[in-house]
Amino acid sequence: MGPDNDLMRLLAPLWAGKNGGSGRLSAVGLIPALTLMAMLGPVCAGLLGTLMPSLGYLPAAGLSTLSFDPFIQLFEWPGLPVAMRLSISTGLLATLLSLGVVTLTLAGWYDTGPFRVLERLLSPLLSVPHAAAAFGLAFLVAPSGWLSRIASPLTGWVRPPDVLILQDEWGLTLTAGMVAKEVPFLLLMALAALGQADARRRMRVAQALGYGRITGWLKTVFPPVYAQIRLPVYVVLAYSMSVVDVAMILGPSTPAPLSVQVVRWMSDPDLSQRLTAAAAALLQGGLVLTALTLWRAGEAVVARLGVLWIARGSRGALDPVLRPLGLALGAMSALAVLAGLAGLAVWSFAGYWAFPEALPQSFDLRSWARHLPGILSTGGTTVLIAVLATGLSLILVIGCLESEFRSGQNLTQRGLWLIYLPLLVPQTAFLPGLQTLLLSLGADRAIWAVVLAHLVFVLPYAFLSLGDPWRAWDRRNSTVAAALGASPRGVLWRVRLPMLLRPILTTAAVAFAVSVGQYLPTLLVGGGRVSTLTTEAVALASGGDRRAIGVYGVSQTLAVLGPFILALAVPAVVWRNRRSLHG
Amino acid sequence: MPRLSTALPLLAALTAPLPALSDGLDPSDWDSVLEQAQGQTVYWHAWGGSTATNDFIAWIGEQAAKQGVTLEHVKLSDTADAVTRVLNEKQAGRDDDSAVDMIWINGPNFAAMKEADLLFGPFAEQLPNWQYVDTEGKTVQSDFTVPTEGYESPWAMAQVVYMYDTADMEPQPSAEAILKWAQANPGRFTYPQPPDFLGSTFLKQTLIELTDNSDVLSGSADEADYAAVTAPLWEYLDALTPVLWRSGSAYPATGPAQLQLMADNEIDLAISFSPGEASTAIANNQLRDTVRTFVLENGTLGNASYVAIPYNSGSKAGAMVVANTLLSPEAQARAQDPAILGYGTVLSMDKLSPEERETFDALELGIATLTPAELGSAQPEPHPSWMSRVTEDWTRRYGAGQ
Repeated sequence: MGPDNDLMRLLAPLWAGKNGGSGRLSAVGLIPALTLMAMLGPVCAGLLGTLMPSLGYLPAAGLSTLSFDPFIQLFEWPGLPVAMRLSISTGLLATLLSLGVVTLTLAGWYDTGPFRVLERLLSPLLSVPHAAAAFGLAFLVAPSGWLSRIASPLTGWVRPPDVLILQDEWGLTLTAGMVAKEVPFLLLMALAALGQADARRRMRVAQALGYGRITGWLKTVFPPVYAQIRLPVYVVLAYSMSVVDVAMILGPSTPAPLSVQVVRWMSDPDLSQRLTAAAAALLQGGLVLTALTLWRAGEAVVARLGVLWIARGSRGALDPVLRPLGLALGAMSALAVLAGLAGLAVWSFAGYWAFPEALPQSFDLRSWARHLPGILSTGGTTVLIAVLATGLSLILVIGCLESEFRSGQNLTQRGLWLIYLPLLVPQTAFLPGLQTLLLSLGADRAIWAVVLAHLVFVLPYAFLSLGDPWRAWDRRNSTVAAALGASPRGVLWRVRLPMLLRPILTTAAVAFAVSVGQYLPTLLVGGGRVSTLTTEAVALASGGDRRAIGVYGVSQTLAVLGPFILALAVPAVVWRNRRSLHG
Repeated sequence: MPRLSTALPLLAALTAPLPALSDGLDPSDWDSVLEQAQGQTVYWHAWGGSTATNDFIAWIGEQAAKQGVTLEHVKLSDTADAVTRVLNEKQAGRDDDSAVDMIWINGPNFAAMKEADLLFGPFAEQLPNWQYVDTEGKTVQSDFTVPTEGYESPWAMAQVVYMYDTADMEPQPSAEAILKWAQANPGRFTYPQPPDFLGSTFLKQTLIELTDNSDVLSGSADEADYAAVTAPLWEYLDALTPVLWRSGSAYPATGPAQLQLMADNEIDLAISFSPGEASTAIANNQLRDTVRTFVLENGTLGNASYVAIPYNSGSKAGAMVVANTLLSPEAQARAQDPAILGYGTVLSMDKLSPEERETFDALELGIATLTPAELGSAQPEPHPSWMSRVTEDWTRRYGAGQ
């Protein structure tokens, strides 16, 4: 394994330092190295598999002349400026709006009745797969959609009006769809962070000083919360820019956002178009980096202005307007997903259902009877893979974070940034390279190979969910426990893990959901031998049959819902007598 | 990325061509093929978007099992995923036991795989059931003008028809008539966005309709006066686009998405590449029962669906057994039944026994399906170069937001 040795030598300084002093390697100390190895091979192979074709090198297709022609081809495509603009504008707007909705809802309503309702809806919201949510939303808002059907007795429509709502050229429907799906994710991340942000005491002080609810929250709680959810926000930005399935359903097509165009080139029968696809994928990665840089710069500006705003001491004249607005936006984004899911559920039982009827002419179990065998046979595989990937990712993430904590070196930020790369490079361009690596190692088609491939995408999300709550844990707890005679291992098992139970379970649920949702990694690495709910669902969705999409959308949602419910229920039961300990 | 210098030779070593493995398989010796096929599992990578097709493939699996072959349908959302798989296997030096044993394929994907030596063959014309195939009357030996040379085996015929709602309109005889109707009924017609397969088919169909000299289309577009031949098409589309659904600022992504628009009564007229699709959709509650089909007076495009076997399949014998099963009169009659699939047969009725012919004759056509006589003879596909240049130009003119 020549190249791996090279890579290890190259990366040795990243972790050699922390154990150099003590002269011995503990099991925990090895985990960052293991994680790096598990991630670096796939990431490098994936990137190499994109970089080489973008320079014209794809020998299996008989193309092996190195040149910049793929990039020239790409820049000659007349749709490129609009596609790039769409990618950036929908990504930035969706992220800004999602963060705004989450912040306003939390600031105005955290710890109130309406918020607890929203909190309870969080699990079902997170469990709806992106594509199913998009289909549901599309059926809701289309001119021939559910809302229009319900309104038809008033409007008198017998034919749907010819107006452009879906696929609008500014990508607004796409942005709305992304916001509806990303708000629950960010809210979940923010809730996990709140526990370590000392929100209640900060708010008590702010309100004692006469600050309004929202203004006080923005000035005192938002800064430490945002510091913890910064990476999730970056991921939302990167994801909104590179999303393919949602963009295909809701986004414009003349031209489409760049991520969709990459997939089109990738699946072009003319194999030389794969070179253009690779070049476009690199450009897409560059766009994501640019947008992240812009966002980062925006953070600095907002921080400056925020300090001025705090110093001015205004107590919140706008609060009475912002508070209902926050609730309305939060409720709307939740309703969009839930009503869409309800629409899909109705379709899954529908007989003939034409415009402008508000409900199907008849209901039957035909679609369920047709698809149930497939769902049952793939459901077991789906859960098995997700459990394995989730378990592995938890061990690796907790090991890395604990090792970082014990060594005092911020290893995860210095060395492990590489593991976020799979979230930044478009999957279609990244995966063929990963597949080639696994093939050349003879490691594919088996379930464990699919689990490893899932790990590449699950692990970054696990880091995102757990990293900041872990680091924000008050290290004085550890000092106290050590002073009472606990070993580092005892501190981990008896103090830290129990205290962080809620973020850990949340992380597990997110990891599970990410694994269940993987389509391309499962198909490409499994070689079609490993079928999951999602591979079946995506194949059926390509036929556009709303009944089949409904059956599978509902099934996928149910599969993911269980772990989320556990993640909320278990801490509530375990910590019912120690509420303030876990925030 | 660091270490490109070490990785490059590695990649090159992995992709160096290996001598093709000779597994002693002789397609013309059917007994030994059957023998080798015993116990093999065939992974058939086929588009999985249609419940009707999935059920039909499951039935084929039952037939294959009787011959000792296990068939697994790998449901794809895009045939290109299977092409990618084989390509990556070749790249990684996996020259035997591919994950893909058979692909549902035609047209440009076949041309690309054949060109890149990714296919096993020739085998198709050695299959026992090849004797029934209608080689004179149907284009089953050339795929989009590319000679198949036995590297793929046909299993279904397709021909362009237009689906229309009788509640809203009359059948139209020509492309010009469709334009006139669309101008009188703005917003009620669209087509899948090229380079989607069906959308490109609409462009080709319209080009054949409008051009005076359709012979030139069977040769390469680069050798013809491309601009002059396609000028009437662009003139036509310039007139049509403003009266399309959503004024041409959005298009359905695929054929199924277009069918959904028809089902939602967003449009009244849609192109289809399957004469039986409308009947099957009505039977499945997807379309209203007033939908019917028509063909243009000068005829419409036709082609065949095929199956091909990758060069590195580990179950070539089993795949040939499945391909042969697909050609059996029983399977073909089942595929043609509109209540099941509604695909046209590739067999010649003259070559079948009277009893077998009987099965076909007994089939109900389906409420919206035209008879073979009404369908007429299919027009041949133009050379693939026309499709790629026309869709490229279409994207430049109508699909790039200008």
